[in-house]
Amino acid sequence: MYEPASTAIVVGTITVPGENLPRVELSATAVVTLRELWDEFGPLMFHQSGGCCDGSSPMCFPAGEFITSDRDVLLGRLDIAPAGAEPRSIDFWISAEQFEYWSHTFLTVDVVPGRGSGFSVEAPRGVRFLIRSRLMDSFT
Amino acid sequence: MTVYSKPGTPGSLVTFKPRYENWINGGWVKPVKGQYFEDISPVDGKPFAEVARGTAEDIELALDAAHRAAPAWGKTTATERAAVLNKIADVIDANLELLAVAETWDNGKPIREPLNADLPLASDHFRYFAAAIRSQDGDHAELDNDTVSYQFHEPLGVVGQIIPWNFPILMAVWKLAPALAGGNAIVMKPAEQTPVSIMVLIELIGDILPPGVLNIVNGFGLEAGKPLASSPRIRKIAFTGETTTGRLILQYASANIIPATVELGGKSANIFFSDVAQEQDSFYEKAQEGFVLFAFNQGEVCTAPSRALLQKPIYESFLSTAVERTRKAIQGNPLDTDTQVGAQASNDQLEKILSYIDIGKQEGARLALGGERVDLGGDLSGGFYVEPTIFEGNNKMRIFQEEIFGPVLAVTSFTDYDDAISIANDNLYGLGAGVWSRDGNVAYRAGRDIHAGRVWINNYHHYPAGAAFGGYKSSGIGRENNKLALGHYQQTKNLLVSYSEEPLGFF
Repeated sequence: MYEPASTAIVVGTITVPGENLPRVELSATAVVTLRELWDEFGPLMFHQSGGCCDGSSPMCFPAGEFITSDRDVLLGRLDIAPAGAEPRSIDFWISAEQFEYWSHTFLTVDVVPGRGSGFSVEAPRGVRFLIRSRLMDSFT
Repeated sequence: MTVYSKPGTPGSLVTFKPRYENWINGGWVKPVKGQYFEDISPVDGKPFAEVARGTAEDIELALDAAHRAAPAWGKTTATERAAVLNKIADVIDANLELLAVAETWDNGKPIREPLNADLPLASDHFRYFAAAIRSQDGDHAELDNDTVSYQFHEPLGVVGQIIPWNFPILMAVWKLAPALAGGNAIVMKPAEQTPVSIMVLIELIGDILPPGVLNIVNGFGLEAGKPLASSPRIRKIAFTGETTTGRLILQYASANIIPATVELGGKSANIFFSDVAQEQDSFYEKAQEGFVLFAFNQGEVCTAPSRALLQKPIYESFLSTAVERTRKAIQGNPLDTDTQVGAQASNDQLEKILSYIDIGKQEGARLALGGERVDLGGDLSGGFYVEPTIFEGNNKMRIFQEEIFGPVLAVTSFTDYDDAISIANDNLYGLGAGVWSRDGNVAYRAGRDIHAGRVWINNYHHYPAGAAFGGYKSSGIGRENNKLALGHYQQTKNLLVSYSEEPLGFF
């Protein structure tokens, strides 16, 4: 049974074919940061990184900056718009090969103070998006 | 035992400048937009210098300088360039302790490492490529009696380089030395977590290079890294970092049709066959140390041996001894030469490591050692310290699959040779691996069967300049170290010459 974490206020839509539970959410602080970033950069997207250095961090880009392919999986759409406002939907992507190893975990995008590298848009603010994970019993 | 004084205090070898500008055209240049950011030391979590927050405008200035310098630099003789590289190496050697203190303060690593590894390797790297360029020949083929094909190595021109934060000076040098040896001009962006130590190096070596040959612009990835990587004014981009940015860099390179080399990390298996424990001798000690090397540089190494695979018969005994050995690792003031484990490079890195320790516990991995943040107290209280941590689990767990980039080891067992290779290769990455066995045939076969660009046999974390380094699978494209790296900074000019007086006869 899925229960949103207490701090989360935006839960992703279900976008993985054949599944009926969400896979990704934003913490309340992440939503605040993303609203500011949307005002600055316009529509946004996430791609979950792996590997060296700042790997395993979610990278946030202006929508379309990072070209996804059939080898990426859309984990969910996250609407950060305040209630009643025009939708502000952010796609959260992960590479298909990485998804194979991550598929049993539910992801919460959070924000921490830091100096993350990569080309992620939040870094100049002295904050960094961070993934917190918890196990999913099942996803169908 | 030596404890180096904190930078800026009486007796310290280093006093940082309050502010570091960009290094462009052989001089310090203020950022066009006039903005700066603070560099935080992971040793105490406090800012210690301001650094230029470069933007696209600064990258353009650096590219202007590089384009002015490249033609003449590209025409210098290999002898001249080798002399320059050797001079840089001499300066690094002469300032080894000073640079080590700067590196430790910027990155958090225990100073025994830059003193004995990072910096000696850096100077040797320059000397290696000085020798490599002098000994490099073009080649020719006599295609027939009157036709000869000559192949020349020409510089690419102006190249871009983006440097990671785990070995700020050494990783810069891995990219600088072959590029300079090959006759290229460079625009480099250091990591924003560790922007200062490379500038301390530039203060020492800046006047050895002609103005504009090496330009360094600091700043954030989005604001300075992207304009560099996507610029149509570079002929090559080199990057070390993670996979998403790696793909983005390759995207930008495809838009400009330029070559890119990317090193994107790994999740290296360190395999210990049963015969390692046949004797409790010096070799066994060496293998035990090889296991503990996961904590080298706090695990912030692309090739960290962060998966240990122990053969079943020795699993319990080898592991219990190795856990005790790891427990004895001294974590403390990174400026103390006795310290073996220092600080993680940044706060977000610390948080990420703790998030992985959390998921490891949730996935049911058994915590055999560590698992907590460390408060060293006093002046170091605000620093970013994590206990060396050892988990036991299985290879499907996320702590076995992802590069945590912290002092976190995931241990599992294997039954036989095939099982070991299967587990080692069940991973997205293929940068490094280790094999430990007294049976040379087993070790050799394992080394060849593991899908990784570097397999250490009966040793680990050795990085001689002459040994090619780079990834299989998602670990990236290209090789660093070894003369092979020159090939990534040169293009081939073929002159096809006819010495015949006779027409071809077609028209």
